[in-house]
Amino acid sequence: MMHPVVPVKTYVFVFLALITLTATTVAVSKIELGEYNFVAAMTIAVIKGSLVVWFFMHVNRSSSLTRLFVGAGFFWMAILIVFTLSDYISRGWLPGGTWWK
Amino acid sequence: MWVFLLTEIMFFGGMFGGYTVYRNMYPEAFASTSRFMEVTLGGINTAVLITSSFTMALAVRSAQIGKKRALITLLICTLVLGIVFLGIKYVEYHEKWVDHHIPGPGFHYDDPRYAQQAQILFYLYFAMTGMHALHMIVGAGLIVTLIVMAARNRFSKGWYTPVEIIGLYWHFVDIVWIFLFPLLYLIGHHP
Repeated sequence: MMHPVVPVKTYVFVFLALITLTATTVAVSKIELGEYNFVAAMTIAVIKGSLVVWFFMHVNRSSSLTRLFVGAGFFWMAILIVFTLSDYISRGWLPGGTWWK
Repeated sequence: MWVFLLTEIMFFGGMFGGYTVYRNMYPEAFASTSRFMEVTLGGINTAVLITSSFTMALAVRSAQIGKKRALITLLICTLVLGIVFLGIKYVEYHEKWVDHHIPGPGFHYDDPRYAQQAQILFYLYFAMTGMHALHMIVGAGLIVTLIVMAARNRFSKGWYTPVEIIGLYWHFVDIVWIFLFPLLYLIGHHP
């Protein structure tokens, strides 16, 4: 597991970006934006998580195999959330569907 | 290590999935609970955890270039920040205890419309932050092991794999919190 040494500057920059984004997400949550509050909060969370994965966890310098596993993890989460929601949100959409009762 | 982290994603994914379903069912009730969440403490904790991830990344870097003293110092910084996080978490849990916001027979919620549904959120809150805190405690134990190993000159430029993989674990736990913080503390929060 030998990786090239990343300059400290990169870590400092990522760290400052993460702190700034944390302050931003708290500030945005205090503004009334309706549904977009949730969208904004999750967008910032995804950006922060990606920064940690990409730089702190060295995925930007990792092998294709590692990247495949990271991608599989995200893809699995996407399946879980999207399929669950497509079930729960679409319940009751079909008309007259109580013939089985 | 990434395979293990993948199983961890599935583990936490189940709880995030449960959260998604219940938030979809009772959005108003979930939003109403957020005013009982300590956003300031949660925000400070987020910053503390991000800083600990930063010191961990620098610790891995010190191991790469074979700087033993810097490695030990940075690992101790990470450990201290992790313990600070757990300390703040304790303060928050204690507040929930005082306010009767722990699910169960003693649960009390001011708004009778949401009394049942809010209990679900607090149940998820304790399950998710509790499992996260447990991961932090395990991580703290692993970092202590790393400090001992580093002090005994077990690592070199050519071999620092434990530092690297425990670093990955620590960053993963950080990412879980990055998602927990907006989901549990920031939804419907407009004072």
